[in-house]
Amino acid sequence: MNEVCKPRGHTYDCDCGKDCLSVADGRAVIELNGTPGVMHYTTLNCIIRKAMRQGCRSIELRGVMGQRYIASTACSKDLYIAIHGTPGNDLGAFLNGPTIEVFGNAQDMTGNTMNSGRIVIHGNAWDVTGLAARGGRIMVQGDTGYRVGIHMKEFGNVRPTLIVGGTAKDYLGEYMAGGTILVLGLGHEGSPVGRSVGAGMHGGRIYVRGRVTPEQLGPGASISALTEEDAAEVRSLLDDFHETFKKDVPDDLSGFVKIAPSSSRPFSGYYDKTNI
Amino acid sequence: MSETVKQGKRLDHRLPEKFMPTIDYELCRVCKRCVNDCSYQALEFRESRVVPSGGCVACGRCIAVCPANCIEIRPVPPQFAPHGNWSERSRRAILAQSSSGGVLLSSCGADDEHPSIFDDLLLDAAQVTNPSIDPLREPVETVTYLGRRPGHLEVRDGKVIIREDDTPLIRMDMPLMFGHISLGSVSYNAQKALFMAAKELNIVAGSGEGGLHPDFYQYADRICSEVASGRFGIKPEYLKGVAAVEIKIGQGAKPGHGGHLPGEKVTTMISETRMIPLGTDALSPYPHHDIYSIEDLAQLISLLKESTEYRLPVGVKIAAVHNVGAIASGLVRAGADFLTVDGYKGGTGAAPRVIRDHAGLPIEVAIAAVDQRLTREGLRNRVTVCAGGGIRSSADMIKALALGADVVMVSTAAMIAMGCRVCQQCHRGLCSWGIATQREDLCVRLNSEVAADRIVRLFRAWNEELREVLGAMGIDAVESLVANRDRLRYRGPNPKIAEVMGVKHIGEGWG
Repeated sequence: MNEVCKPRGHTYDCDCGKDCLSVADGRAVIELNGTPGVMHYTTLNCIIRKAMRQGCRSIELRGVMGQRYIASTACSKDLYIAIHGTPGNDLGAFLNGPTIEVFGNAQDMTGNTMNSGRIVIHGNAWDVTGLAARGGRIMVQGDTGYRVGIHMKEFGNVRPTLIVGGTAKDYLGEYMAGGTILVLGLGHEGSPVGRSVGAGMHGGRIYVRGRVTPEQLGPGASISALTEEDAAEVRSLLDDFHETFKKDVPDDLSGFVKIAPSSSRPFSGYYDKTNI
Repeated sequence: MSETVKQGKRLDHRLPEKFMPTIDYELCRVCKRCVNDCSYQALEFRESRVVPSGGCVACGRCIAVCPANCIEIRPVPPQFAPHGNWSERSRRAILAQSSSGGVLLSSCGADDEHPSIFDDLLLDAAQVTNPSIDPLREPVETVTYLGRRPGHLEVRDGKVIIREDDTPLIRMDMPLMFGHISLGSVSYNAQKALFMAAKELNIVAGSGEGGLHPDFYQYADRICSEVASGRFGIKPEYLKGVAAVEIKIGQGAKPGHGGHLPGEKVTTMISETRMIPLGTDALSPYPHHDIYSIEDLAQLISLLKESTEYRLPVGVKIAAVHNVGAIASGLVRAGADFLTVDGYKGGTGAAPRVIRDHAGLPIEVAIAAVDQRLTREGLRNRVTVCAGGGIRSSADMIKALALGADVVMVSTAAMIAMGCRVCQQCHRGLCSWGIATQREDLCVRLNSEVAADRIVRLFRAWNEELREVLGAMGIDAVESLVANRDRLRYRGPNPKIAEVMGVKHIGEGWG
């Protein structure tokens, strides 16, 4: 087992003196395969932070095995992080600028409360992906789990987007206050989304390619056809998906539906403010 | 029903008024300031005089602005036939709900008249065997640290070294912090006043879950950022540079519920800081959907520690519920550096009455339960326990410390210092004092400098009263009062409560 690195107290700028990183031309490769045992996440994140402090533009992680919180709060706009293997929960949490590309599957809470940046998953990403995202873009080539894109937000021009190539399970976009979710259901027959879609949503929009019945919607959500403006947004997201994953995307948008809030105050009539 | 049976006309079940502003017309100068200042429009100018127009909530604004001192707000005497079981309030609630079909919403803390356990506790004082200390002339220490305790002290070169290798401790000049009151539930000026006062008092103020306005970054080193289920306003600046981060699981006024900011208060500024649509109801999810267990909570705590590079203490706030001791134990084991327990009398900007008035645990019992449980499990000396929810005076604060809290959390008392009259209308967004509102014409009524100054004076006075009591007990540092339940006696009607809290009954000595 590797010795755990943990920035201690006020000396968080790790000065342990260990030779854990080699940087060449602003590029660092962190090899996790060659070391015995599984590297602890505190050690890995400490090394990643060290690479960022040294001004790396590109960090490649090889042999990642479930290490959590990779690149949380990383905020260099030009940084690119490639991950080979399976990152753990909360990948890119509070991310603010960098691009993360995962050549494999991601686990839960990918992009938790991310602020800006880009997370690309060449595989599946599981539950609560994009939780409370405030900006940036998450792209999943495969399927996602439950409560994906819940409580996403937006203000003005800052709008997070989440694109799912495959399917999403129940409670997609629950509590959504803003942002855009696109579910493509590629290679999937039937509805690509589960039940209680957009439950309590009061902002934002969910585009789904495929059948969605009113029974699948949660309270406060409604289905409609795409407007021209919606279609333009979907097309630009499809272009990005195609360029990123080199996958064919549908040209015809007739099979797409939009799920949007039926009101910005779905529960306003629920309360009685009488001064008893 | 047969058509021959006559049906009554639809009757509007208008509820009788609760309060009636009365004006002494002999003194009234008809300046109309009361009419202009009443945001509830309970006064109007008609036929050359000011008359009540219904809907008075007894916020007292008219009395405060009247230059002639001619207004009095009188509670309207009972308008219902007396009945021991069917109180007026229960009948009003039924009439209201049978009209609206809605869930009754209110604000501030539980307002039932159930006696406070604090009032059933008496403090001890020193006599002969342990001399009392005169705090005006001798040192009586109230400095308190927030964060994970090292568990032991190190002595190096004859000096005591406080180990800070896990997370730094936050120094506060008194065992007191301001609770989490969000921007949104209160106005910009009100939150600014709290932050200014916290800085001046050198204590910590909670940010609430509404994010941090960029103007308030200057107070960041005295702010505890709240990470609630709505995750509003959480961006890197919000996590870095602040004093501490706190995960909000629950709130004493509404255990099991998420935050609720009615759409009336979601203005452009609030919409921007929270990133939600204008005028929408900001309803935070009831649970955190990334936390379904203690293990999940441990993950979020670790995430926040990792994200802040172990520079900040990370705490967890829970509502006081029946199993609070075991939950607190889980929080410490999950890695929380401090815990905050919020009792059922705690305040809120909006909560369903049924939860506000009927769910949770009195803070007195919760503090003792948490302290005893953590002590039994050998964890108590590693964490800071903060407690609040209905702390009305320095006496309550002192008793809460003696029951087992390291730090007492106050909110409503600070709001009252600013001008709040606890009229329980925060959820309507019409606060005539400019505190719990976002309406610009009302917000300007609160001067942050004046409000901050009043808060500072109040809590300096409370701290002096704490030092008076410590001195009287012969205790020279507040840590020695914390969890010193032997210095309390119970005089209330139910000795079982005393037993549960580990407090002796009056008349019981030590030996």
